[in-house]
Amino acid sequence: MTVADYAFYLFAIVLTAAGLMTIFARNPVHSVLWLICAFLSASGLFVLLGAEFLAMLMLIVYVGAVAVLFLFVVMMLDVDFSELKAGMAQHLPVGLLIGLVILMQLTIVAGDWIWADAAPMLRAAVAPPPAEVENTAALGQLIYTRYVLLFQLAGLVLLVAMIGAIVLTLRHRANVKRQDVLAQLYRDPARAVELKDVQPGQGI
Amino acid sequence: MDFLDSNLGIFLIILGQCLLVTVLLLVSLAFLLWMDRKVWGAVQLRRSVNVVGPFGLLQSFADFVKFALKEIIIPSGADKPVFFLAPLISFVLATIAWAAIPFYADEESAWVIANLNVGILYIFSVSSLEVYGVIMGGWASNSKYPFLGGLRSAAQMISYEVSIGFIIVGVLISTGSLNLIEIVNAQRGEWGFLSWYWLPHLPMVVLFFVSALAETNRPPFDLPEAESELVAGYQVEYSSTPYLLFMIGEYMAIVLMCALTTILFFGGWLSPVPGIPDGLFWFVAKVVFFFFIFAMVKAIVPRYRYDQLMRLGWKVFLPMSLGWVVIVAAFAQLGVPGYARW
Repeated sequence: MTVADYAFYLFAIVLTAAGLMTIFARNPVHSVLWLICAFLSASGLFVLLGAEFLAMLMLIVYVGAVAVLFLFVVMMLDVDFSELKAGMAQHLPVGLLIGLVILMQLTIVAGDWIWADAAPMLRAAVAPPPAEVENTAALGQLIYTRYVLLFQLAGLVLLVAMIGAIVLTLRHRANVKRQDVLAQLYRDPARAVELKDVQPGQGI
Repeated sequence: MDFLDSNLGIFLIILGQCLLVTVLLLVSLAFLLWMDRKVWGAVQLRRSVNVVGPFGLLQSFADFVKFALKEIIIPSGADKPVFFLAPLISFVLATIAWAAIPFYADEESAWVIANLNVGILYIFSVSSLEVYGVIMGGWASNSKYPFLGGLRSAAQMISYEVSIGFIIVGVLISTGSLNLIEIVNAQRGEWGFLSWYWLPHLPMVVLFFVSALAETNRPPFDLPEAESELVAGYQVEYSSTPYLLFMIGEYMAIVLMCALTTILFFGGWLSPVPGIPDGLFWFVAKVVFFFFIFAMVKAIVPRYRYDQLMRLGWKVFLPMSLGWVVIVAAFAQLGVPGYARW
């Protein structure tokens, strides 16, 4: 076994264990932390595959941004976890069914790439020579030429989702005082303070 | 040679390199801390540390012994595993980022533990993970001030990461590579320090520096630990070694940001004047110089209010850095000198 093999088994075992702990942890915050651990191991696996750009994206996007917001929300919410767990037996069949479907899909993909007769040919056809092209550059060339429309559309979908969320939560309230920074900055100091001669015993 | 090519040999070599960098970093951090305090002392017209060792040079080591020997106090309502994991995470993350920082490189050799193709992304991702130490510490303390500090810092660090990311994209467009050594080598030119990226990317240098201050929770943006309102924010319940780990992690992240500024905009180990040889000396000198500026900022700039901080991040820095990416891309495409060096 090489160092890479040891690293693979380490990451794989940690990933599986962390995934299980995400489900079985009693505290929702612990669940999110285990999920983050799973993300980290997954990005380790990406590095071992030679997909270092994807690994870093995984860290930046999922762990650095999405999971932080997740953790943020879970910490702020006062979730009663025993109540959440109560319906578990009810949802179990649906969950198992979804799990089965995902397993079947994975098996189909694996069958295409590993066990099928034409699999070695398929794998050889798409793999770029790793020494020549960095996978960042390779991805960039594909995304910005051949798949540019899909890439832009995916961005547009996210934009629409964001605008939708803003529209749903936007409320115009007329009687709220708002800070106008520019007005504050351009205020004339000479007119900001007014000197008044107040007689004793009288207000202004 | 056989042993060095075996699994154990490779492992031991990497371990040795990591230990060397970590130990050297920690020792230099001790003196940087001393320098930090001396700078504040000088600005505030007082003597600052001057008791332990000549000029107080050994003060950091005395502090270390004090922290290590103190009793660790655990709040009774704390979530123990997470409570102790948080300082470890912030320390470890601040340390492992240094694995990808190149200290010096020439044609034959490179003084870096891992010369990654995606070096800058690695450092960016690790520094974006640093928020976890703070937010976990704040939550696990099971107390109000730490929790508020943790929430603040989560929002703050995420906000400024966005603009740091766009600033880095501008440099990447100019270089055409994510490798840190290539970023530095792209700044090599006939004009010495005028060839470095600070000149073509001038507005972004200022933005990067300010964002680095906010990203590392450094004054004037130290709102997660604002002692005038939150006592000490996420650190309230920490004492002894866990607190020490938080503090070292924070300072390590600051020095990392200094090193990143040096590499991205100020030519890393390149010498400022043509004719003088490049070397590790220049890298260290530039990092120390930026650390000095960090210390000066802490000494002379008053703290921001939280809404001002958020406004600055989202309404000023984000549009500016985003616009700069577009401008740099246009310049690089049109072939304006200094913008496209690939």
